[in-house]
Amino acid sequence: MAQAARNLDAEPVEIELHNVNKWYGQFHVLRDVNLTVRKGEKVVVCGPSGSGKSTLIRCINRLEEHQAGDILVDGTLLTNDVKNIEIIRRDVGMVFQQFNLFPHLTIIDNLTLAPIWVRKMPRKDAEELAMMYLERVRIPEQAQKFPGQLSGGQQQRVAIARALCMRPKIMLFDEPTSALDPEMVKEVLDVMVELANEGMTMICVTHEMGFARSVADNVVFMDRGEVVEMAAPEEFFAHPKSERTRLFLSQILAH
Amino acid sequence: MSTTDTTIPNLTPRKKAELLAAAGDPEAVVAPPGGGGGPVLWVRQNLFGSIRDSIITLVLIVVLGWLGYNFLHWALLDATWSGTDAAACRANPDGACWTFIGEKYRFILFGTYPYGEQWRPTIMMIITVMMLAASCDRRMWNWRALAMWIVGGTICGILLFGGVFGLSYVETSSWGGLPVTLVLAVLALAGAFPLAILLALGRRSNLPLIKALCVGFIELIRGVPLISLLIMASVMLPLFLPTGVNIDKLLRALIGFMLFAAAYLAEVIRGGLQAIPKGQYEAADAMGLNYFNKTRLIILPQALRLVIPPLVNTFIGFFKDTSLVYIIGIFDLLTAGDSAVKDPAWRGFANETYLFLAATYFVFCFSMSRYSQYLERDLNKSQRR
Repeated sequence: MAQAARNLDAEPVEIELHNVNKWYGQFHVLRDVNLTVRKGEKVVVCGPSGSGKSTLIRCINRLEEHQAGDILVDGTLLTNDVKNIEIIRRDVGMVFQQFNLFPHLTIIDNLTLAPIWVRKMPRKDAEELAMMYLERVRIPEQAQKFPGQLSGGQQQRVAIARALCMRPKIMLFDEPTSALDPEMVKEVLDVMVELANEGMTMICVTHEMGFARSVADNVVFMDRGEVVEMAAPEEFFAHPKSERTRLFLSQILAH
Repeated sequence: MSTTDTTIPNLTPRKKAELLAAAGDPEAVVAPPGGGGGPVLWVRQNLFGSIRDSIITLVLIVVLGWLGYNFLHWALLDATWSGTDAAACRANPDGACWTFIGEKYRFILFGTYPYGEQWRPTIMMIITVMMLAASCDRRMWNWRALAMWIVGGTICGILLFGGVFGLSYVETSSWGGLPVTLVLAVLALAGAFPLAILLALGRRSNLPLIKALCVGFIELIRGVPLISLLIMASVMLPLFLPTGVNIDKLLRALIGFMLFAAAYLAEVIRGGLQAIPKGQYEAADAMGLNYFNKTRLIILPQALRLVIPPLVNTFIGFFKDTSLVYIIGIFDLLTAGDSAVKDPAWRGFANETYLFLAATYFVFCFSMSRYSQYLERDLNKSQRR
């Protein structure tokens, strides 16, 4: 991975955050956040709860609105322009902690919905694409079932496949394994590792430090809305610079 | 179960299974307690469990039996079935007079619609009921239903109005009875439902003007009684219209009724919208769906199935509330029945008439209720774990 990280500097910038600030009422959730993510780069964002890490990645596809600073995704500046936002969302896939599958649609319909209605793909093509991704997440036999009939791990894999069906350039993961029973975490992480190895640009908010160690090019540590530290995983875990990072790592790696 | 159960033949199956299970027999199945007693045991346990229960049960049986017996005698055994005038009925005051219904049913069902032309509303009602039944099938919920209703509705309109194809013209003031009730209920509710969806969405809109308009409309309409709205539509509205412009009274009542129903339905639908988790909106947003597709494909299908019970409740309520149009002199089913009762030659047979009317309303309302239960089961089948 270290080698890949060195080559990254030659890659084009996919996401750029410049002095991003956000408030919830009087509460300052994001303070002057700067972040650059290059094509094919994997960034893991960690930090204590309430540190603003979910808010950060939700700003990238405008599920949350930032109030100051600039966010550029694939060269497009995020503004209030709905057209701009829709263009960015088409190219940015997102996986949520609570899966957020559509419970009234079958798995295959969950997957084909956006390709059909956003990409205007013919239904037959969309279904072929969906089956391809279902095979990649290893649950093609569940295509005709409804989300409620699947286990948590299966649902999250469907959610990943659903995001991939839009053929995104960037994938955002918002604590994808936090709502899963322990025995299902691995099956989801395996899919994410495969995706990373294929060269997808990824930003993952996660507490899975093993995943961060093996996959990330950069680990970002956030606390109280600030990016406290950002480093390659070897450096980050072996020699954390800030006291806050050390404290966080000691708590999360203690058991 | 007595404590002296020591001999094996006296063991109940349940006790036996428990003992076998305790002995480690993997085949032994212990049923849950209280299960499988049959109706006799159920009656003994629930209706004759104690002396007090037994007394209450017996008293109720006697009272209900006496009421049922009397009703049966009045309605069937002692009833007058034949004849063409009131004389036979008056000679038999202890029985129902179905002769009256036999003589008057066409007036009750069709009101003042020209007698010789009453086959037209009959066919119209058959078509309407058939279209309603066909619309119950979920496979019809697409352009096919729309096409069917446009074609069928046009045929129904031609039948009722006439004036073309050699049919004599019948103006709406001559319409009456069940066709009027059906026209009011079907058209008003069919118009109110989409309007209600727009109002409910508008009330949750981020755009202040749209939100204010929807809130204002809903609160204003909900805040006045239906009767006052109908009177406004029939008496006040013509005063504001320029002379020469004359909107049909039935149409005015229909629009008033539709607006009223829309306000109520909007609040029911809003309840469903509020029950949809934020994550569903976010997932739809994140994949780039626009507002229209997100609402149509993700939010409404889930919100509407959540509110089927209150939605059908409101539908049933408004179906019966169509009878309030009697107040502005529209001759619906209830008004027609009422007029039949007032016929001097047939005074005193109100019970039979209202029973007949109640039965007619019941058929429609009960069908709606049963259908909604079927629909709920059918829509939720897929979502059970």
